[in-house]
Amino acid sequence: MSLGATSTTAPVPLRRRIKRFMSDRPLVPLLILLVLLVLVLQILRPGIINERWIANTIKFAIPLALLAGCQTMTMLTGGIDLSVGTVATMSAFIMATQVINHDPAVAILICMIPAVLIGLANGIGVGVFRVHPLIMTLGTSLIGIGCLQVYQRTVIATGTKVPDFLGWLGTGLTYGVPNALLLFLPVAALIIFTLRRTGFGRLLYAVGDNEKAARLSGVVYWKVIIALYIISSVLAGIVGLLYVGLIKAPSLSLVEPLVLPSVAAAVIGGTSIFGGRGGYTGTILGALILTVLTTLLTVLQMPEGARRILFGLIILLVTAAYLRIIEDR
Amino acid sequence: MTSSPLLDATGVAKNYGAVAALRNASLSVLPGEVHALMGANGAGKSTLVKILTGAVPADSGSILIRGQSHDIRSPAQARRAGLVSVYQEPALIPDLDVASNLRLTRTPLEPFRQWVRELGVPDLDIYATARDIPLAIQRVLDLARALAIEPDVLLLDEMTAALPADLAEKVLDVVRRQSKAGRSVIFISHRFLEIAALCDRATVLRDGETVGVVDIEPGVEERIVELMLGAKMEKARAAALPSGDAVPSGSQARLGLRNLRVGTRLQDVSFDLHNGEVLGVVALEGQGQDQLFGALSGSIRPSGGTIEVDGRPVEFAHPADAVREGIAYVPGDRAEALLMQQSVQHNIALPFSASLRNWGPIDMRKERQLVGSAIERLQIDTRAQREVQRLSGGNQQKVTIARWIAADARTILCFDPTRGIDVRTKKEIYRLLRELAEQGKSVLFYTSELEEVQFVCDRAVVIFGGRVVDIFPASVADEATLTRASYGLPRDEKRDIAPTGGEASGQVNAT
Repeated sequence: MSLGATSTTAPVPLRRRIKRFMSDRPLVPLLILLVLLVLVLQILRPGIINERWIANTIKFAIPLALLAGCQTMTMLTGGIDLSVGTVATMSAFIMATQVINHDPAVAILICMIPAVLIGLANGIGVGVFRVHPLIMTLGTSLIGIGCLQVYQRTVIATGTKVPDFLGWLGTGLTYGVPNALLLFLPVAALIIFTLRRTGFGRLLYAVGDNEKAARLSGVVYWKVIIALYIISSVLAGIVGLLYVGLIKAPSLSLVEPLVLPSVAAAVIGGTSIFGGRGGYTGTILGALILTVLTTLLTVLQMPEGARRILFGLIILLVTAAYLRIIEDR
Repeated sequence: MTSSPLLDATGVAKNYGAVAALRNASLSVLPGEVHALMGANGAGKSTLVKILTGAVPADSGSILIRGQSHDIRSPAQARRAGLVSVYQEPALIPDLDVASNLRLTRTPLEPFRQWVRELGVPDLDIYATARDIPLAIQRVLDLARALAIEPDVLLLDEMTAALPADLAEKVLDVVRRQSKAGRSVIFISHRFLEIAALCDRATVLRDGETVGVVDIEPGVEERIVELMLGAKMEKARAAALPSGDAVPSGSQARLGLRNLRVGTRLQDVSFDLHNGEVLGVVALEGQGQDQLFGALSGSIRPSGGTIEVDGRPVEFAHPADAVREGIAYVPGDRAEALLMQQSVQHNIALPFSASLRNWGPIDMRKERQLVGSAIERLQIDTRAQREVQRLSGGNQQKVTIARWIAADARTILCFDPTRGIDVRTKKEIYRLLRELAEQGKSVLFYTSELEEVQFVCDRAVVIFGGRVVDIFPASVADEATLTRASYGLPRDEKRDIAPTGGEASGQVNAT
């Protein structure tokens, strides 16, 4: 019976040691992959990698990375938030229409109301009524889009406008550095800090790892889940504002194309969809990898269909390979 | 009883990895006999049943049915050989109606209906979905389904456990009629009363071996308990005692149970847990101990009675309520308590983050201190601390307890904390629980290993059939006493209150 207490001092094979190393530092293989992709790009198009290209990549990676932050946090609990696209679109569209009659600050406050409401609904559905997060957030997402279409008719005469400072934030550069980093860096730092160094962050991991164990330790599931989905929605709302500053054309499907990539970014970044495992740093790298990959596929000048097929295949391959590398069994 | 046996299993052995579940079990059932199969927890009863019914293959041994050798590899083959069993858990597929369930096993409908009526369920709708049928009736249907195939040997595993008295009586009647018709029944039960009323002989298993076959006659239960315990009977009382049996009297009980009831499994349980005490809980499997711990930890709502904490009646709607009162539950299954993918530190610190006001930034220095001292106190091997799943079983178990030491819980409910861990860790856990008691904390300690009671506990409460049988001070709580009590037998060896009366001990046909 003392099997468990014995220790092995025998030399560990190299393969195993590498696996251990990767498992302990899951970011290393991601960084390697990112560098590889950039190298391939540089080889295919010599000279493409310059200051402008880097700034541009970062600019487009930021909204994706932030939206993937929503997925990271919800996925840590074993959930997912598919309503982020709708929420971001709603906040962008509502702000762009309200800003015509109101002060930008007021417009931004107004546009955050639906975000909070959808987050609350998601939280109650998942946390209290135990609807599967996939279904719950998909449902609220459809409801949200429906409401937005109704809203659009009421403001059809108003027109839209994107405030200058959002444009500055979304597309502007200062000394070659994207202004969006002004928003991204503090938010990213906050997410990382929350996940690593706050009680709330710990609970996200705990609930996703073993809800029963968390419950026995006195964790009240629905409180954590409601708070989580509201935070996720608010973050999605903020992404909407940033994204409309980048795209400058509010529409009813503005952020929708980013939803699935945001899930992919989190998964590639090593966050387990089954919960309990992962982190935001990996997600940021995941978002960068996806953005670079998109550029790479564009550069190849393939037909759109082939590009999509390749994109999907690469995501599947990378994810499968990555899990094999970091999983230490 | 000179006829040849209907079922004759000899030399049956089964190993699970390095563990021998059965070494040399034998079971011989005569035609027309009701035969009890008995043994303490872990004696190998359920393994033998699984082998007889084809659920698992035996490593060696022979099974003869009507003198013919049978290679039973699946429950279907066992059925064809004439051996049908009714398990402890309902076997109907919940989402199908009764008729479809019968079709699955090719059970003839008319005999089934007739048996159902005879078992005391006159108006069964066979198109009712199994899920909607009360549990007790489902068990009756299981039995009727088995009877309808007219088996030579019927195996009943704890058949009467979940049945109300009237249905149980009907079941016993039917069993008797089976035996009159020349068929045999293997009857597994923890209830001596039923065995005395029903069975002709009993086979007793201990540590995977058949240690005796006894005729059931008045007073035989003493003999059966002796057989189940074996040599342990003699060495009892030799063990060193903990701090004696002085119950802190007059002091306020930390946890008081008053007629606590949970569903049908726990009935009118009352006892006190004092500060500075380790109170052992002893019960055979499924006697309501799960419900007891569930209710005390806030996981299950009691259906009656009260729980008092420091003299105040409390109601726990969620484990968080219990934790707030300083009551911590350490489940028996480590997978239920641990965050397997998280670090040792996260696991131990988990209760700190649980309440809303601790959702903010964590004071890492304070946390490391608290966690560090808990790790040190329990001597947790932290070489693989990044993920708890990499720890050994013993170290994992320590983490589940360390959590509540760090959180300074005043009462710890430990459910079989030493199951499946190495001896050294076991000893460390005993020592830890004693230390906690000496610091004025209180511990409720369920154990399936009876010898632990005298190592660790001040008192032990024995539960049988959902009721408290007796409460013993540790000084008298040796294995023999506890085993007798856990089968519901009275404390003194005065035969006049034994369930069957009489005085002669059973005649033994040793095998």
